[in-house]
Amino acid sequence: MDKPVNNRAWLLVAPVFLIVAFSAIVPIMTVVNYSVQDTFGNNQFFWNGLGWFQELLDPSTELGGRFLDALWRNLLFSAIILAIEVPLGILVALSMPREGWKVAATLVVMALPLLIPWNVVGTIWQVFARADIGLAGWAINALGIDYNYTGDPLAAWITIVVMDVWHWTSLVALLCYAGLKSIPDAYYQAARIDGASRWAVFTTIQLPKMKRVLLIAVLLRFMDSFMIYTEPFVLTGGGPGNATTFLSIDLVKIALGQFDLGKAAAMSLVYNLIVLALCWVFYTVMTNTGTERRQEENPA
Amino acid sequence: MSAHMQPSSRGGTLVMVLYLAFLILPIYWLVNMSLKTNFEINTTVTLWPNDITFEHYIKIFTDASWYSGYINSLTYVALNTVISITLALPAAYAFSRYSFVGEKHLFFWLLSNRMAPPAVFALPFFNLYSAIGLFDTPWAVALAHCLFNVPLAVWILEGFMSGVPREIDETAAIDGYSFPRFFIKIFMPLIASGIGVAAFFCFMFSWVELLLARTLTASNAKPIAVTMTRTVSAAGMDWGLLAAAGVLTIIPGALVIWFVRNYIAKGFALGRV
Repeated sequence: MDKPVNNRAWLLVAPVFLIVAFSAIVPIMTVVNYSVQDTFGNNQFFWNGLGWFQELLDPSTELGGRFLDALWRNLLFSAIILAIEVPLGILVALSMPREGWKVAATLVVMALPLLIPWNVVGTIWQVFARADIGLAGWAINALGIDYNYTGDPLAAWITIVVMDVWHWTSLVALLCYAGLKSIPDAYYQAARIDGASRWAVFTTIQLPKMKRVLLIAVLLRFMDSFMIYTEPFVLTGGGPGNATTFLSIDLVKIALGQFDLGKAAAMSLVYNLIVLALCWVFYTVMTNTGTERRQEENPA
Repeated sequence: MSAHMQPSSRGGTLVMVLYLAFLILPIYWLVNMSLKTNFEINTTVTLWPNDITFEHYIKIFTDASWYSGYINSLTYVALNTVISITLALPAAYAFSRYSFVGEKHLFFWLLSNRMAPPAVFALPFFNLYSAIGLFDTPWAVALAHCLFNVPLAVWILEGFMSGVPREIDETAAIDGYSFPRFFIKIFMPLIASGIGVAAFFCFMFSWVELLLARTLTASNAKPIAVTMTRTVSAAGMDWGLLAAAGVLTIIPGALVIWFVRNYIAKGFALGRV
């Protein structure tokens, strides 16, 4: 399945290239420009060389420590939500009805959280989890457990994680469901004849068929959780203290809150480079799995 | 359908019931709150409105600063969807049918923009769109959202296009179709569901994004999601109004989901199952 070589294909790609370049390269150059300068306001800028980068990457400075904290917090958050959303998503996909009106109804309800504007997701959980006016907050306190997400860091974390699970598990589940639907019935019949257990069916038929879509799910969930901003911003504003200040929240605080353009720009670049590196790893893994699959299907 | 494809156990049904309840509960609470008076919200926790009121919805529909927020949001979302799909169609075709110099690097670079944190771009976009005079117009937000929606649309469409056998292109060429005519008359109908799915995703990600939309607008093009952040008044939070506005922002998404419900699962797999 080799595609013909044709460099005129660039003509078809050119419009996309131009608009994305306009939206990506021009702003990145602005950021690079800011990152090597310092400003005292009034649009006066001074050359600062690599000063901001040195400060950022040195955890003993105020900026460096802050960045490292936000980075660890964000990685921890991504790890937690992946550990919950991926298994839960698979479980939900396996439990989904397969026929009749229930399928459409389930799909619509599941997709609903995905189409709610992110700040409204924050608002929904704010009014749901507040101890004074929210159903969940009120119910938990009524059970005798002291719960207040605006004051207690642990409660804030749990609330944000539950909110993210509510918001995004359906994405993983829908992806896995699409993977499951592509499995031909013959596979299941063969398994039945062989007397395979439910678990064997899962590990030898369903899981391998879901591998590709699971990779997309993990990729999307990791990246999106790594740049999460709006939902925790609305829910906790990064607090209490700095307990839920993730990378994007910290960046916006520095850039638009304190107007520390140099620091913010240096942080943007390092942040973006981390994302780019992770993105590259995932992309390589994904394209390799893709080639493997093609080879399995068309040997020789 | 085989026995294994059925929700074979009562356990499966239980999982689904619990999961769907978990999804619906917070939304139910929002709807419930939007129909209560602020007095009731602040004084008691009630499972349904004792004193049902539509005052919050009436306020939103009669106050221009509220409903213009919806119009602004829908304007830039529609613009963005049209731009993204129009540009992505030929590019996705090129990626699915030809190898060319820099193909793999270009594809990765596009994909990496989908993954770039909007927070990184907020400030430079503000400078850029102020400089070219588009600040505070729906165009600024629509173009800014192209940063992540165009790559996504290319990605989805490429997946669907690769599912169409190449023999079709060749047969059309032999039959004397010019490329544009072939593309519009024959090829696009074949991937109609893919176009629908890609449009759905562009709509979705443009509709739910707030950080860039907020940074790039001031008053004229302010999206509804930003208008909502103003509900703090001297008397404290206007929770009822906030809840009603929230409910109204869920509706467009729910309508769109209803139309594409049969393609949702395949769409979320980006055409790659």
